[in-house]
Amino acid sequence: METNQYQVGDNFDEMFAKEGQVRPHYQEFLKLLGKTTSKRMSHLQYSANKTQVAMGMTFNVYHDNQGMEKILHLDIIPRIIAHQEWKKIEAGLKQRIHTLNLFLQDIYNDRKVLKDKIVPEDLILGSKDYLKPCEGLTPPKGIWCHITGTDLVRNNDGNYYILEDNLRCPSGVSYMLESREIIKRAYPDLFNKLGVMPVSDYPVKLLKMLQFISNKEKPVVGVLTPGIYNSAYFEHSYLALQMGVELVSGVDLITKGKKVFMQTTKGLEQIDVLYRRIDDTFLDPLTFNPHSMLGIPGIFEAYKAGNIALANAPGTGVADDKAVYAYVPRLIKYYLGEEPILENVPTYLCREEQDRKYVLDNIEDLVVKETNAAGGYGMLIGPKATKEEHAKFRNLVKNNPTNYIAQPTLSLSTVPTLTDNGLEGRHVDLRPYILYGQEIEVIPGALTRVALKKGSLVVNSSQGGGSKDTWVLYN
Amino acid sequence: MLSRVASSIYWLGRYLERAENYSRFIDVNFNLMLDLPPDLKEQWEPLVITTGDNEIYKTKHKNFERKDVIHFLTFDSDNPNSIISSISYARENARVIRENLTKETWENLNELYHFVLKRADKKDWNKEDPRAFFESVKNQVLLLYGLADSTVARTEGWYFRQLGLFLERADKTSRIVDVKYHILLPAPSLVGSPLDFLHWTALLKSVTAFNTYRRMYGNIEPAKVVEFLILNKYFPRSVFYCIREAESCLHKISGLADSGYKNSAEKAIGELRSNLEFTDVEEIINMGLHEYLDQLQIKINDVSNKINTNFFQIKDNFINQTQIQE
Repeated sequence: METNQYQVGDNFDEMFAKEGQVRPHYQEFLKLLGKTTSKRMSHLQYSANKTQVAMGMTFNVYHDNQGMEKILHLDIIPRIIAHQEWKKIEAGLKQRIHTLNLFLQDIYNDRKVLKDKIVPEDLILGSKDYLKPCEGLTPPKGIWCHITGTDLVRNNDGNYYILEDNLRCPSGVSYMLESREIIKRAYPDLFNKLGVMPVSDYPVKLLKMLQFISNKEKPVVGVLTPGIYNSAYFEHSYLALQMGVELVSGVDLITKGKKVFMQTTKGLEQIDVLYRRIDDTFLDPLTFNPHSMLGIPGIFEAYKAGNIALANAPGTGVADDKAVYAYVPRLIKYYLGEEPILENVPTYLCREEQDRKYVLDNIEDLVVKETNAAGGYGMLIGPKATKEEHAKFRNLVKNNPTNYIAQPTLSLSTVPTLTDNGLEGRHVDLRPYILYGQEIEVIPGALTRVALKKGSLVVNSSQGGGSKDTWVLYN
Repeated sequence: MLSRVASSIYWLGRYLERAENYSRFIDVNFNLMLDLPPDLKEQWEPLVITTGDNEIYKTKHKNFERKDVIHFLTFDSDNPNSIISSISYARENARVIRENLTKETWENLNELYHFVLKRADKKDWNKEDPRAFFESVKNQVLLLYGLADSTVARTEGWYFRQLGLFLERADKTSRIVDVKYHILLPAPSLVGSPLDFLHWTALLKSVTAFNTYRRMYGNIEPAKVVEFLILNKYFPRSVFYCIREAESCLHKISGLADSGYKNSAEKAIGELRSNLEFTDVEEIINMGLHEYLDQLQIKINDVSNKINTNFFQIKDNFINQTQIQE
């Protein structure tokens, strides 16, 4: 397949330093491309799509008789990360998760960070994700954020920046695992030659972590799903299957005497650890949202009594708010006395007057985000928006400043991607997964999301994003 | 095992078996019609009556045209028992309990589902000879059985699946025998004629039993065919065989070591099994074949209901909660 037509934009390209000049860690892959016809590449892409459908690697768009299921397009050109580069990402993420965990323990207990005025008190206590029922609580083994999927992007300066800390049940890890299986079939020889670090032991590590947070020697573990209509249902069942644990939903569970039980064909059986994929406030209608039909009445009392461990711990949402994000570099210094290894994207807090003025004056050049929205919604990309949209967001910011932050538009890095016109660069982000059990471990791989539309910067699957297999090299 | 999971596995077993049996029904009727003398009209109505779907059918079609019946029994998603509905339900049940299935099982079932969906679009029911399609469905279901047989651990889930499979098969075999009651001979004098013989042969072929029957019983005689399909102890599709297997699944599930019963489902199926075990074919014919089959189907249904109350019924945890708080 030809690559001499491939154009590198003014952004950072992961494969080519500039036109015709491949980066060293992509050299083997380029050789392989040279030996493979375009027809063969389309065929590999076709097989990958077919395999995804056969595996049922689908997410629900909405449900009806025919099952409106879509696959997340998997582009067969991998995103490769050199070992040295990965070392830095790994260290940076460990540092960050360590900090955020200390921060969560602090705000729900001693609140030193608020008393020392490192973070404004009202930002935390006024957050809708701050859970009052968690005050004074220390989760089992002191761990709050057991599973994290942090979003990073790479700017045209070649540096990685943290974009979002996703501390509440981040999804996508099943795509990382299954995509690897599919891509391995496409380039079997290359894996040996290059030395790609495996990700397939993730479920084993996940299970170990879940067992670790229980006090019992042989705890009963389950994955708690909202059910088949949830868009990530495939992932819930996939992880339960891979770990060999029960996949349970609210109707399967019952609480008695501050303990949680599963309803089985042989009566009630106690469950000790839940990897819950239900939002905090839906967990328990008695403590939180009384209208939740997904949750288990009484589970929060059982949690407080130490009879069930929940991953992630309820209450983590307050730390991944987009406004709190801006303070994380300061938190790293405060708790660890270290300089942040991975940088934040510079963030303007509309709640602060000086920042707000800057945002209102420069909205055309900025990305404005709602502090508590996800999935690429409630967001303005200044340079791509119309005058009317600029005006609309200026008003939104003025009326409710605490609800908004702004960041300069980053130029996300590109990776060559198979399109109808051959190979073209498409923008990507990077979501590695981090487990916090006996120690903090970053899984050597990631979900790379790719904006399939030419020039687009929105990688969310709900808005036309696809994915790529991510290879972290041994050397 | 979670009650909800057990229930899904049980229904997965039933729906797959149902889809396979419907393929058999249609395939065989098609074969039979090809053998009829040219002056006889094709009979598709009996098929709809035996499957018990005639109420819904009548709301959709006036006549029992071949293409309408095939479409209704195969691709019509308004018919809850059609092949497409059964496969969809089987897949939905599998999806809910995917973590309990082997990868191959899920992938092949998923493939079967997409295959049937696609063929619905291609309007296979309009084709001159759609038998290749039914052959495929049958083969793909059998492939799933083979996969299960050689990969699934013999733990509780396996027995719930086999339980569903055998109860469904018992019911469907009884219905296949009942087809004979509904397919009318042009005149009573034709009982024992070559045409009558053709009917019985088709019946046996529909359960892949023709050769086995010939080897075990010899000539085609109605009473012997009935005995073979209902009471035979060795043929894996006979009603007795299926009920005995289902009973042993229930024992495995409850852990019952000796004879007797531990719950109402075991009691009901034990009674049914012993009833079949100690009946001879003359008694069935004296009672009236159709009447006998009718009460047999009612008893099978009753067993299924008792399985539901004993193992699957999930108590609403919200109601339970309030009770606990009191």
